[in-house]
Amino acid sequence: MNPQVELPVTNEPGSARLALSVALAGLISGIAIIGIYEATLPTITANKARLLREAVFKVLPGVSRMQQLGFVDGSLKPMGEDDEAVDEDLTLYGGYDTDGRFIGYAIPSDGPGFQDTISLLYGYLPGKGRVVGMEILDSRETPGLGDKIYKDAVFVANFSNLVADPEIVTVKKGTRSAPNEVDAITGATISSKAVVRIINEGQARWRDKLPAPGQEPPLPDPVETPAATAGSD
Amino acid sequence: MDRDKNLDTYQEFVKGIWRDNPVFVQVLGMCPMLAVTNSAINALVMGGATLFVLMGSSFLVAAFKKWIPKQVRISLYIIIIATFVTVADYTLLALLPGVHKELGAFIPLIVANCMILGRQEAFASRHGVRFAVMDAAGMSLGFVLALFSLGSIREILGNGSLFNIPLFGETFEPWVIMILPPGGFITLGLILLFFNWVAARKKAFLEQVAQAERESL
Repeated sequence: MNPQVELPVTNEPGSARLALSVALAGLISGIAIIGIYEATLPTITANKARLLREAVFKVLPGVSRMQQLGFVDGSLKPMGEDDEAVDEDLTLYGGYDTDGRFIGYAIPSDGPGFQDTISLLYGYLPGKGRVVGMEILDSRETPGLGDKIYKDAVFVANFSNLVADPEIVTVKKGTRSAPNEVDAITGATISSKAVVRIINEGQARWRDKLPAPGQEPPLPDPVETPAATAGSD
Repeated sequence: MDRDKNLDTYQEFVKGIWRDNPVFVQVLGMCPMLAVTNSAINALVMGGATLFVLMGSSFLVAAFKKWIPKQVRISLYIIIIATFVTVADYTLLALLPGVHKELGAFIPLIVANCMILGRQEAFASRHGVRFAVMDAAGMSLGFVLALFSLGSIREILGNGSLFNIPLFGETFEPWVIMILPPGGFITLGLILLFFNWVAARKKAFLEQVAQAERESL
């Protein structure tokens, strides 16, 4: 080693100072992150709740009120905000008209798509055994092709009056002939089939759990709280 | 600062937009450049978030450089950058949930944008606050410009629209590959070709002028 190249070791801060400066920066950064998290949390939660409400109203035409229902101890029960969280696979939304009469269920379901998990919500009328609406909540399908599962109005319209039992079948575009068939999107067959499979899976999961038509859980105190329910729109 | 004597505020601002454009000249920040420029609005929001992070980080790094020990400077830069990125992430999630959903993982990945860390190490940590902020503003605007030009070209060709407003009639058949990853590479390659062509032309022109001057003497 050439001694001339060696740097003079003056003003070299000790390890303690280095650790302290990093810890201090981490602390300030942590406080800043907590601050922004707390500041934006109400808006983010409100956005999510609003999107979900809009989706429920979209997939169940004629619905003006809704409540979350969970499958607990062998039956479907209304879920209050204070109730213990139930597995997401075992919750759905009940849709009611202005008089509090039950119309149908909005059922969340998800599964693998072409690139990533697709999660969707579909409206189901148990009395008629029909799917009456489908809304994609989250997906990362290929832009321009797979994203037609929510951008292509013709494809989405497939789900506006679809017989769901015993199961929905995907067919080649333009060959739809039975009430339980869905026209696939040209160039996005995998994404189309994924949507249908996810709905079928949702149906299979709930088939034995839904109460007999007419036995659906009613809205809690429909007379006393319409203002509160309507106010949260 | 002695080093700042030769600097000109305006020059430090302008250099990032054209001469030292972070994307087209330095070829930095390629990950967001290729990943989120499939539409003009995505490109613009990504550019805006990067601008916020770069300006905030450059300001803090320049202001606190005396207290940043050089042995741990990279860790501290990353802590500062990551904090601004998290702030940007939550703000976008609250204000523009739709765009945030499309940008997905690429907002948190701004932390890993080497252009931002590069500006801290190469500029903000060596110069005064005023120049650091001007440099950051210029570089970010250059980045926004690059993202936006790529994003709008790809959206126009690949989707027939700009900012989701259709530009052509029903008969337009979208050139779908342009909004898929290959379209990003093709468009970026063509723009880089153009930049290099302009630079080469400029150099040749200056040489010609110099030659003519020498001959006239």
